Amino acid sequence: MSFQINKLYYGDYGESKNGAADISTTQQNAAEWPLWEVFIRSKQGLDHKHAGSLHAADAAMAIENARDVYTRRMEGVSLWVVESKYIHASNPDEAGSLYDPANDKAYRHPTFYDLPEEVKYM
Amino acid sequence: MEQNLEKIFQDKIDREVRIEPKDWMPEKYRQTLIRQISQHAHSEIIGMLPEGNWITRAPSLRRKAILLAKVQDEAGHGLYLYSAAETLGISRDQMYDQLHTGKAKYSSIFNYPSLSWADMGVVGWLVDGAAIMNQVPLCRSSFGPYARAMVRVCKEESFHQRQGFEILYVLSKGTEAQRKMAQDAINRWWWPSLMMFGPKDDESPNTIQSMKWKIKRFSNDELRQKFVDVCAEQVKVLGFTLPDNDLKWNEERGHYDFGAINWDEFWQVVQGNGPCNKERLDARKKAWEEGAWVRDAALAYANKKAKQKQAAA
Repeated sequence: MSFQINKLYYGDYGESKNGAADISTTQQNAAEWPLWEVFIRSKQGLDHKHAGSLHAADAAMAIENARDVYTRRMEGVSLWVVESKYIHASNPDEAGSLYDPANDKAYRHPTFYDLPEEVKYM
Repeated sequence: MEQNLEKIFQDKIDREVRIEPKDWMPEKYRQTLIRQISQHAHSEIIGMLPEGNWITRAPSLRRKAILLAKVQDEAGHGLYLYSAAETLGISRDQMYDQLHTGKAKYSSIFNYPSLSWADMGVVGWLVDGAAIMNQVPLCRSSFGPYARAMVRVCKEESFHQRQGFEILYVLSKGTEAQRKMAQDAINRWWWPSLMMFGPKDDESPNTIQSMKWKIKRFSNDELRQKFVDVCAEQVKVLGFTLPDNDLKWNEERGHYDFGAINWDEFWQVVQGNGPCNKERLDARKKAWEEGAWVRDAALAYANKKAKQKQAAA
């Protein structure tokens, strides 16, 4: 199985050579603040969840902007920001083969097993 | 190969599987989305201007705080949408450039002036009301990032409409002058609000393909009719009228009939000849140009800090 990990932005631009993806690597972007991905923990005890992205000059500004853009209504108690270029993603074209090993293993699920009716609490 | 990919793509759409940025998509789908999402984003950003006009003159601290929060929301909505468009491979600066050069359009409604305080009520009730009607179905748009952005937008938009209606409700209980001011605002904004739904179905160049791809869920005319039906009832609560002599309940259709829209005016405004097109764009360009030194300074500072950190390591 080929297991390819492409380094991609949240979207599909930068390194990919498909379609319109190259538009964004033109020089016009030289002065653009980098793109950051924002993750929010909505309440203590829950995971951080991806909320969206924004532009900021550095991490401190990214957190402040994330507060203003994504948590105006108490949506979060904690924020993570990651510069988008550091996100590594699996390749959707290979999703079939990548997740194939999980497809035929129904015995990993509790419903696979036949137990007599009288067994309780299991 | 291409044909096969297209078939898989359409099959996903038909099965209501969302398309994500890195999935294969027809170039035309990508372009359509970039156009629609970026125009939507521009509308949110330009849409701050008519209301920003009234922040300093809001009649009470309560209204001022509300209006500030609303305008800040519009900025946020613009940012969610720009981010969603960026996942399709266009950069933020390119989108700004398209807006500033007039290459990209924004909602024609924002090229009308906000002349009185009552306009803040009508903008909330009718303009945001029309926007919500357009936006709710977009929460199920086939493109994941767009749909997710729209879920957030819609959640926030409902306070916008309610505060607008409340402004008008208060005015409707006010003095004769206040009632007159409110009715005048309704008269000026009603028809432009109907135009917000876009051209008639048989003249809407993008609707059919967009519906097949489930970018849009309802046609312009369907949504417009729904909006008329809702507003014709709501205006009764206010004790005001909508400026349309042909507005009449049609028992047979189960809908309100309404008068002809002045499409010539619509196309004039879209093409840049509305009352405020130049003013809006100039304000936007001025903000962009005069903010250049701030953007450059922040980037220079970040680069300097990064270098210092590297040197220290």
